[in-house]
Amino acid sequence: MDVFISLLDGIMVALEPMNLGLAVLGVVVGLFVGAMPGLGSVNGVAILLPFTFVIQSFTGGATSPMIFLAAIYYGAMYGGAISSITLGIPGASTAVSTTFDGRPMALSGRAHIALVAAALASFAGGTISNIMFTGFAPILASVALSFGDPEVFALMLMAFATFIGLGGDDIPKTIFSICIGLVLATVGFDIVSGEPRLIFFDITGFSHGIRFLVLAIGVYGIGEMLWTINTNRYGSSMTQVDVSARNIIDAIKEFRHAKRGTLIGSFLGFFVGILPAAGATPGALMAYGVAKLTSKDQSSFGKGNINGIAAPEAANNSASTGAMLPMMTLGIPGSPTTAVLLAGMVIWGLQPGPLLFTNQPDFVWPLIGSFYISNVIAVLVNLAFIPVFLWMLRMPFTILAPMIFVLSLVGTYAAYLDMFDVSLMVLVGIAAFFLRILDYPVAPAVLAIVLGPIAEPKLRQSLLFSDGDFSIFFTRPIAGPITVIALILILLPLIKFIKNKFITKKAEQP
Amino acid sequence: MRKAELVTAIILGILSLCLMWKSGEAPAWDPSIARFDNIGLIEGEGPGSGFWPFWLSFIMFICCIWIGINWYRRTSPPSQSEEVFLDGYGQRMLFVVGGGLIGFLIVIYILGFYGAIPLFIIYYMRYLGRHSWKLSGTIAVGMTVFCFFFFDIAMRIVLPKGYLEPLFIPLYDIFL
Amino acid sequence: MTFMKQLFIGLISATLMIGTMSSTAIAFEPDKPIEFIIMAGKGGGADKMARLMQAIVEKENLSNRPLFPTNKSGGSGAEALIAAKNANDPDHTLMVTLNSFFTTPLRQPGLRIDNSTFAPIGRMAEDTFLLWVHKDSGVTTFAEYLTKAKADGNKWVMGGTGRAGEDNIITNFLNNEFGLSMKYIPYQGGGEVAKQVAGKQLNSSVNNPSEALGFYESGDLVPLVAFTDERLPLFPNVPTLKELGNDFSYFMQRAVVGAPGMSDDALAYYTDLFTKVYQSSDWQDYKNKQSLMGEFMTGDELRIYWDAQNSRHSVILKASGDIK
Repeated sequence: MDVFISLLDGIMVALEPMNLGLAVLGVVVGLFVGAMPGLGSVNGVAILLPFTFVIQSFTGGATSPMIFLAAIYYGAMYGGAISSITLGIPGASTAVSTTFDGRPMALSGRAHIALVAAALASFAGGTISNIMFTGFAPILASVALSFGDPEVFALMLMAFATFIGLGGDDIPKTIFSICIGLVLATVGFDIVSGEPRLIFFDITGFSHGIRFLVLAIGVYGIGEMLWTINTNRYGSSMTQVDVSARNIIDAIKEFRHAKRGTLIGSFLGFFVGILPAAGATPGALMAYGVAKLTSKDQSSFGKGNINGIAAPEAANNSASTGAMLPMMTLGIPGSPTTAVLLAGMVIWGLQPGPLLFTNQPDFVWPLIGSFYISNVIAVLVNLAFIPVFLWMLRMPFTILAPMIFVLSLVGTYAAYLDMFDVSLMVLVGIAAFFLRILDYPVAPAVLAIVLGPIAEPKLRQSLLFSDGDFSIFFTRPIAGPITVIALILILLPLIKFIKNKFITKKAEQP
Repeated sequence: MRKAELVTAIILGILSLCLMWKSGEAPAWDPSIARFDNIGLIEGEGPGSGFWPFWLSFIMFICCIWIGINWYRRTSPPSQSEEVFLDGYGQRMLFVVGGGLIGFLIVIYILGFYGAIPLFIIYYMRYLGRHSWKLSGTIAVGMTVFCFFFFDIAMRIVLPKGYLEPLFIPLYDIFL
Repeated sequence: MTFMKQLFIGLISATLMIGTMSSTAIAFEPDKPIEFIIMAGKGGGADKMARLMQAIVEKENLSNRPLFPTNKSGGSGAEALIAAKNANDPDHTLMVTLNSFFTTPLRQPGLRIDNSTFAPIGRMAEDTFLLWVHKDSGVTTFAEYLTKAKADGNKWVMGGTGRAGEDNIITNFLNNEFGLSMKYIPYQGGGEVAKQVAGKQLNSSVNNPSEALGFYESGDLVPLVAFTDERLPLFPNVPTLKELGNDFSYFMQRAVVGAPGMSDDALAYYTDLFTKVYQSSDWQDYKNKQSLMGEFMTGDELRIYWDAQNSRHSVILKASGDIK
């Protein structure tokens, strides 16, 4: 009951004109930053951090600046889906899974349904995770603390298991794609040994590793675009969608089919999000995988199933709220964005840590209140802007294409401020075009480059603990069951494959 | 298509071998460590620094052989396809669009983003898209101005300017 | 066409005019945004400080052009050092440094970085290190720690940030000096290390105060000894290693440097700028709260400090076998 009263007080503070205004501004800024390919919540929050100092000098206290940054975070999470669906380029790693079904829907003239589903699923995910956050923060914090290296690795293994089924029918090409993603993820500096690895031709540009966005924007912004131009040679625009109020309302009605995906995404996303180091990307990916595995109609995934949008979108929003939990209850970041938010809290004079709730209730509760408010604002602003994004899709292809190319190059530069990354991105894109023609699935490589840098160090740190003994993944109470389930999921298709071969052979020789 | 499938598999196979070779590289500061010392399981520590990339590259190599077998047995769609890999339209498209992108990239190094963006948009819209000068010009200028205000002024992300840098100093005076 | 030509000439002359105007007033003033390279990723200790400095400059209106931070965390600082060395406009390129400013040129001689070529703008602070354990470990003094760690051998696990970095150096020192064989596991960042100790995944760590402060206040983490010359005001009951009879202290420099080739006028301008940042109440506040030490240091004094640090790190890294 105390929690409820504190929360109400917090919401009242968040609704004060100044704070409400900042939340609206933050959501709008975040939405555009998120919708811009290349820029995601990390960039938005990091870039605007110094300006919050100015806000602080007006309002005093850390509450208003934090509300502003949290609103940007929320807005950016909603915005990520927009470029995934309309342009087919995931703006941030969290939105990769949204392209799987969002892109086919947009191409088949159902972009409005996809955009509305993404917005509503995000809202549902945000709300469910906010309620869980408010109710169970302290208990969940202890869960987060009990996750050591082997547990995180087991979880990554689980995320890899959901890869199965993302690829095409060509098994060697799918495995190749996963492996090349994981290998490219090791380029740069190895944390565990402190050695540089795979620095091709001693170019310093490789020392920071091959970044996710270089691969993602290259593959989707350049490769996929070239492929579309090549195959869609007589079409004049990408897709035809009518923009009318009725369409939007129809789309909202359509959302009832996405209940299952939304629920799976909301809960799974939250639990993955609260675990430090995991973050929203594996959450979204696992939600997509589970939604597909449990669906009666698995074959429609990847071709424009509404649940395939709802699950990852609900999950990435839910995970973003989840990632705030270790940040606020323990003072440790659950994602790169929360790391920057934490830096902000320190700059404004707060001490993050387990005592934040006790020592700074005047900061904590208005912030939690503002999560609820920002979530409502974000869904409204997002729905209001959908016609604008749809209008963009109706542009003739010869106008849209150069704009996408320009945004791809500018966005890659803006994300990392490095021209080397831009050049590499263009080369990756042209290579991806050739692979695309030959049916090499590219999504597994893009996701592998996100998961690889988490999984590999965790594997090696765990083995440092156990003196190189692999049984550490099976004997620990939390890691053990997760590892076993993940291994079964990974081996399942293999067993099926062998069984099928065996049975067909038997049938052939009567 | 059939030829391209095999050629790609061979190129990727060679790439895998190069990655395996590169993964085994010893640290520069210690000449006593030999190549491929780091790819195994180190006693009491687990995998060495080259373990993960080396063995994954090895799997990549196996996959390339597998793709080659599928090619020989004609079991994968591209290896059955009688279509040409890139027809005349495709080749032309790759040349003008892909080449345009590389040109765009080179111009960025010389004239910076704000010189290259309008040139690229005009090239694409006017010469490939056959839109009117008026429309092409408007979008080219609009996009450039939007990028300048969004990135350089609002977000404080300073894009490279190349040789056009002196032109921007008065703009900084006004807006920063 | 003539219009374009006129506009072009107009812009050029305007540029020149502004150029001459400012040069009569002061010897150097930045005329474009100043690149502020950070030797670490977003959200870490160095990043936090850089963004605070940027914020102070904006808030107090200390510079007529903004600083724009660029994170270059690759290769343990190698990427940042190369970027600064190759900067095409050294008068508008600054860098926030850590101790990888000393260790990376030693560990990766192939980079051919000579850190004395960087312009000494100012050392803003020195970060401190303490030894931390979990309160449930039952260890309350450094002597107890030594007994327990010795008994556990390599089952006693110490975590830290990166390989051959600050935390690793201190761990190696403890192992050599006291005959321990603690196992060292490198992590990505200090915050994660503190969390692993609080979650009892690790036995101990040598975190900076700012990374462990939250868990210290909640009582989960206990500091045993400080690797400083004097006791820290924030932890008055924690003895220094010096008091316990070992002449060892270790700090992390938090300095702002200019790219090699920076002109003297520019160096004077930035020295003045960062002196003002250092004196601002926001910076002093932050310094006290995060338990940072070290006075402002600039010019030749800073260069001498770097020389001392270079030779010290070379000795330390040779001893631990991280360089030959």
